[in-house]
Amino acid sequence: MRASQFSKQSRGLTAIDGAMALIVILLMVQIWLLSATLDAYLSGHREVALPGALVSGILFAACAALYLFVHRLESNAKSDESQ
Amino acid sequence: MQSKSTPPPLWREEFSVFKNDERYVSRRQLTKFLTLTSMAMFVGNIWILIRAKLHGKAAPLPVSPVAKLGEIPVGGVKLFQYPQAGEQCILVRTGEDAYVAYSQKCTHLSCSVFYSQESRDLVCPCHEGHFSIRDGSVLQGPPTRPLPAVTLERRGDQLIAIGMTNTGAD
Repeated sequence: MRASQFSKQSRGLTAIDGAMALIVILLMVQIWLLSATLDAYLSGHREVALPGALVSGILFAACAALYLFVHRLESNAKSDESQ
Repeated sequence: MQSKSTPPPLWREEFSVFKNDERYVSRRQLTKFLTLTSMAMFVGNIWILIRAKLHGKAAPLPVSPVAKLGEIPVGGVKLFQYPQAGEQCILVRTGEDAYVAYSQKCTHLSCSVFYSQESRDLVCPCHEGHFSIRDGSVLQGPPTRPLPAVTLERRGDQLIAIGMTNTGAD
């Protein structure tokens, strides 16, 4: 019983680590996107502002979804422990 | 005694006394921080979008005399301020009947560029940035954006500045 609980917790932590790694990658893309959009805007290319904001919004939504996923995993792990 | 249906207090979630729970808390807090950073990036993009929409139409620039024809020799320069005081620009006579004018502020870190007769281009002395005398485009060095060009018009024996291009606002 205890061994299976440990294995479950270990799997949960691995999933959280994977989600965090994904968030870091998304964040790096988003930082690049912001700097590229700003550079293009300052060069006079205003048409890039809208697609830049849209893609950045999608990346933020993905990060928020991953955060909720991490939060839910933690809640599940805690409820399993308390049972 | 606390009943089972009552949710645990917030401090118990954030400051766990159990080692196993602590692993979750530290990871969740880092994830939260990363997500908030992502939100900051998104807000930055929205700010750029708002600026692009709000400043769609720039106010027309003033019409201002720059120099008289023949006032400077071929290869010579004249400094003037346009579109307002403090905005230093450089007029270059590149040929018998050819004049060009650019903002003197380097697009890298705002040092003053000068005209080099040897290399026939505009040079920024701070980081060796070179700009084409023909259109202000970057030839070499750290700048990534061209120099804003002053649009010139000939009226009688006068050269008149009537606008600017490559300013980032056009």
